[in-house]
Amino acid sequence: MAFGAFANTGPDLSAAAPRRRSYVALILLAPGVLYLVATFVAPLVSLVLTSFKEPGGDFEVGEYVYAFRWENYAEAIERFGEIFLRTFGYSLLATVLALVISYPLAYFIGVTLRRFPLWQSLTLILVIAPFFISFLLRTLAWKAVFADEGPVVSFLQSIGVLGPEDYLNGTAFTVIFGLTYNYIPFMTLPIYASLERLDLRYVEAGGDLYAGAGQRFWRIILPLSLPGVVSGTLLTFIPASGDYVNASKDFLGSTNTVMAGNVINDMFFQSFYPLSAAVSILLMVAILIPVIAYVAKSGSEELL
Amino acid sequence: MAGSFDESGADLELVGVTKRFPGFTAIENLNLTIPAGSFFALLGPSGCGKTTTLRLVAGLEAPTAGRILIGGKEVTATKPHQRPVNTVFQSYALFPHMTVLANVEFGLKRRGIANALALAHEALRLVELDHVASRRPSQLSGGQQQRVALARAVVNRPALLLLDEPLGALDLKLRRQMQLELKSIQGEVGLTFLHVTHDQEEAMTMADTVAVMNKGRIEQMGAPEELYELPRTTFVANFLGQSNLFTGEVVESGSDAVTVDIAGLGIKVPRERAQRHAGEVTIGVRPEKLTLHTRKPDTAAGVNILGPGVIIDASFTGVSTQYLVQVPGLPVITVFAQNMAFGPVAEQGAEVWVSWRVEHGFGLADEPEPEARFAADDDTRTIAVQRRQRLEDELDEA
Repeated sequence: MAFGAFANTGPDLSAAAPRRRSYVALILLAPGVLYLVATFVAPLVSLVLTSFKEPGGDFEVGEYVYAFRWENYAEAIERFGEIFLRTFGYSLLATVLALVISYPLAYFIGVTLRRFPLWQSLTLILVIAPFFISFLLRTLAWKAVFADEGPVVSFLQSIGVLGPEDYLNGTAFTVIFGLTYNYIPFMTLPIYASLERLDLRYVEAGGDLYAGAGQRFWRIILPLSLPGVVSGTLLTFIPASGDYVNASKDFLGSTNTVMAGNVINDMFFQSFYPLSAAVSILLMVAILIPVIAYVAKSGSEELL
Repeated sequence: MAGSFDESGADLELVGVTKRFPGFTAIENLNLTIPAGSFFALLGPSGCGKTTTLRLVAGLEAPTAGRILIGGKEVTATKPHQRPVNTVFQSYALFPHMTVLANVEFGLKRRGIANALALAHEALRLVELDHVASRRPSQLSGGQQQRVALARAVVNRPALLLLDEPLGALDLKLRRQMQLELKSIQGEVGLTFLHVTHDQEEAMTMADTVAVMNKGRIEQMGAPEELYELPRTTFVANFLGQSNLFTGEVVESGSDAVTVDIAGLGIKVPRERAQRHAGEVTIGVRPEKLTLHTRKPDTAAGVNILGPGVIIDASFTGVSTQYLVQVPGLPVITVFAQNMAFGPVAEQGAEVWVSWRVEHGFGLADEPEPEARFAADDDTRTIAVQRRQRLEDELDEA
């Protein structure tokens, strides 16, 4: 299955590749390398350069010249440090929630439904189905669901969970809800890909060796599906950290829920290009550090 | 149970166990008692229900009817991890994400046994693999993996050790070696072993008691020599080694022998070695018990003679030569002749007689069928069962 791409199990052919023919490999790699240089390396270099620019001589809005103005970074940290913390808090929470929801779902599809291939395909389609509707539309739909006069708020007010003046839209709750909801398929599919190939004979062997259901899960099922869990959390956490839709005040957020992505967006459209670029770089570095630490800790060469 | 070992092996008792899967019955009313400390082999072709029996004992399947008792205690309703039973799986099922040592320690730790590490090392020393304790199972050869699987099961000192064709994936030489090792380990640790196999030679070399299973039932059970020398059914006679079987009418039922009319000749079988003493019966004799004669031998008391016949094939197999002899009106007779002298004793096409001592013959219990050697297997039910078995085998492999 295509989802297998997330979980890398392919045979390692590198050792078998004949050394003499390496130029063929280079030629075959060239389009990909060129594409990567044009669409990733060049913009990244440009981004770094932009982040050090300073305002141009005639101080017109949006006029900047190349320089080494590291104060852009100081300003970004000073003004948006709190927003960075919030960004990671929201993303982390959304990732954990998505994991807690997705793992049982992926287990159900990949293991429980294994003997019913038709049901398996059907449920898998249900997981992917939301992708057929625009991401923006779906998020707007949730905004309507959580609207102040909407059914959810009315219900929660009627049972006394929310006070008569309370609301949901624009709170941390709706933003985290939106992030969780939007990234669940990215969590579910890689975990499904791992669990779908889980050899149940290991689980049987665990039972034979005195492991109860909980021990079988923690010591056998979870470790064997760890590659999928790592892929899924990365595929959720990284884009969630850069997300600027859910937290935007036009969707599920408000000025109290601004995330780093919104800051980049706002600064850019207000023509503060260097500041916007500096926030981007900071966000990238801030994501890379925990991600590298996580991948290194969750073990192993098998994941990368 | 947690934190302690069983003192020794325990009896296994199956009482009226039946297992039905949708559309077919794997095991029909099976009654079986395996005494503590014995090495018991369940022998049968694929699809005979032997692996299902093992899985029922391990708790990986629940019986449709009947009871399972281990050491006198009923375990029918308990979960696998609650049974004092360990299995060496056909696929080994070593946990790929753990080291060899962690695999062996796994069961001990789950039971909270104090010196798990020391015991695990001891078990690895028993199978001579302590030096690879820190490797992953995938870094070991098939034979080594098999021994790790054995250590992982034996280290728990289960009351009952189940072996599910654990030697199936090994090559012949390694298999022989492992058979001997298994046997000696069983002697050392004194556990009850239940070994499932389709390899009759493996069953006979290793087990104290062999039960031959066919179509969900035990056809015959006993010591290997006993089963081989005195098979009671056609299936056992053909599955456990080779047999020459003849069908005929009993013409005389004496006090010490029954005489059966085979192609017009009176063939005697000792009365106590014949299951049936009247009507149409099937009698048999093992190929190595037959003697080949190039001249008609003199009639003597206590010897059966068939012939004349023609050698239609002679194949040299090293220790012996296998002759196929066609006697008119009889199925082809197989003769194993020890190679005591150089070259074949008789050429293909030669006219020969075969003889055997009366006490080597045996009489079978089954009703003779029109084709004595093979049962018809082309009815829809059999095809369905075979198809199911193939699918299950594929699933097992996948």
